[in-house]
Amino acid sequence: MRGQNNSFKQRLQSYLPAISLLLIIPIWQLVCSLFEFPPYILPSPTMIFDAFVQVESARWVMHLWATLRVALFGFILSLCISIPLAMMMVSSKYLSKTLYPLLVVIQSTPVVAIAPLLITMFGSGEGPRLAITCLITFFPLVVSATTGMLSTPPELIDLSRSLRAARYKEIFYIRLPYALPHIFSGMKVAITLAIIGAVVAEFVAAEQGLGYFIQFSTSFFKVPQAFAALIFLAVVSLILFKTVYWVQKYFFAWTLNKEKS
Amino acid sequence: MKPYVSFNSVSHFYETDEGQQVEALRNVDFHIEKHQFVAVVGPSGCGKSTLLKLLTGLLRPAGGQVKIFGTPVTEPRDEIGIVFQQPTLLPWLNVLENVMFPIKHKRGRISSKEKEQALSLIKMVGLDDFSQRMPSELSGGMQQRVGIARALLLDPEILIMDEPFSALDALTREEMGFDLLRIWNQSPKTVLFITHSITEAVLLADKVLIMSPRPGRLSEEIFIDLPRPRSAETVKEKAFAEYSDRIRQQIYHPREFTVVSNESKVKQEVSNL
Repeated sequence: MRGQNNSFKQRLQSYLPAISLLLIIPIWQLVCSLFEFPPYILPSPTMIFDAFVQVESARWVMHLWATLRVALFGFILSLCISIPLAMMMVSSKYLSKTLYPLLVVIQSTPVVAIAPLLITMFGSGEGPRLAITCLITFFPLVVSATTGMLSTPPELIDLSRSLRAARYKEIFYIRLPYALPHIFSGMKVAITLAIIGAVVAEFVAAEQGLGYFIQFSTSFFKVPQAFAALIFLAVVSLILFKTVYWVQKYFFAWTLNKEKS
Repeated sequence: MKPYVSFNSVSHFYETDEGQQVEALRNVDFHIEKHQFVAVVGPSGCGKSTLLKLLTGLLRPAGGQVKIFGTPVTEPRDEIGIVFQQPTLLPWLNVLENVMFPIKHKRGRISSKEKEQALSLIKMVGLDDFSQRMPSELSGGMQQRVGIARALLLDPEILIMDEPFSALDALTREEMGFDLLRIWNQSPKTVLFITHSITEAVLLADKVLIMSPRPGRLSEEIFIDLPRPRSAETVKEKAFAEYSDRIRQQIYHPREFTVVSNESKVKQEVSNL
């Protein structure tokens, strides 16, 4: 009896997040019908759903792809810059002392404030949007990669040096893999920031994308449609986050093990 | 016959983060013969790790000379294998890959003969069924066995062991001590074994070096004349207890160096003023 009880509790626990999310919808609907908010203040879930269905799917796909493209390429570009940068900073004290303050300055400057400047400087093409996404994502990546590489046990570095292995081998085959659990944590933060970066860039200047579509909808008081886009955006962001987790789970399962040593 | 390893009046200093110079080793002198098992015992801060780093060639002595086979150590050498305090295995490699890691890391590839050798080493440390397992699936003792196999792979003449069993629980630790005796009997090596455990030192070693701290000095050399092969029976012998007592006494009540330590105390008090 007791065992059954336990397994029921366990199952309930795994369903709780989904249940809590689904519970919001009827409550929201109820609140809207009770207080009769005008749709531009708070549209009800049914209105949002109607608005979602009314927009042609081709249009959704177009806007989604525009945002996703910038977010994903910006993220990948950011990875390609930040990991080598972290490797350089770990291998040279001078370089890390020179670069670190610069990184902190970049991070302390609100990217949202730089966005309009970048767009006036470089135009409203995809380049500046990629740059904004890159700027917003690369700090967590650099920091996680650097701390990960520096947390390598000193014994392993001693082992590598006692074998008289080249320095690049120490970085590539010991420090970099050792940093992977940290890098994955950084990537989980960065992937959601990438969506934010792409949307911020679209707010400033764009002709398509989900961020642009939200702005476009609100300027015509089509608030339910804006909400639909917003929810769509949140779901996309969640899927991207989960994708990072799946990649980690299937290709780097060891990074999820709690280390014994 | 020339000694395998010799420390000739070796001194060393290190710098703290505040830029202060601290004397880590003062005039350390000893020799290790071929296939001799030497244990180093002493309280924390007596320069044991410095001693070890000097022998591996990762550090160069400030004074005196460290020699292997009669030639001064100026860089890390192939003749040395190291077992660390923590197993420090690579968590993304399985047991076999971890054992093969030193050769792969050094040369980029590994011959099938060397792979066979790695497998037989894994067998020797008693892990034949675990060669495909990941380190996270192993207990602490098993992980350290992998660490020992890894150190033996390049067939080093000299094996350095830095408190290899100190992270293990008491029971596993005892078992590992006996296992190490068996492994050493199978493939004799020249060993420098650092430990905090007096009984471990007496059980394993031919010679125990006792060190005293601040600055690290050699305070006594004791030859352990117990018959080999040693086993759980050895521990029960009267001589075993006598050796342990002698070492304990030398650690807690060092005779010759009381004067020196008073002197350094006075110095410290003066500098405090």
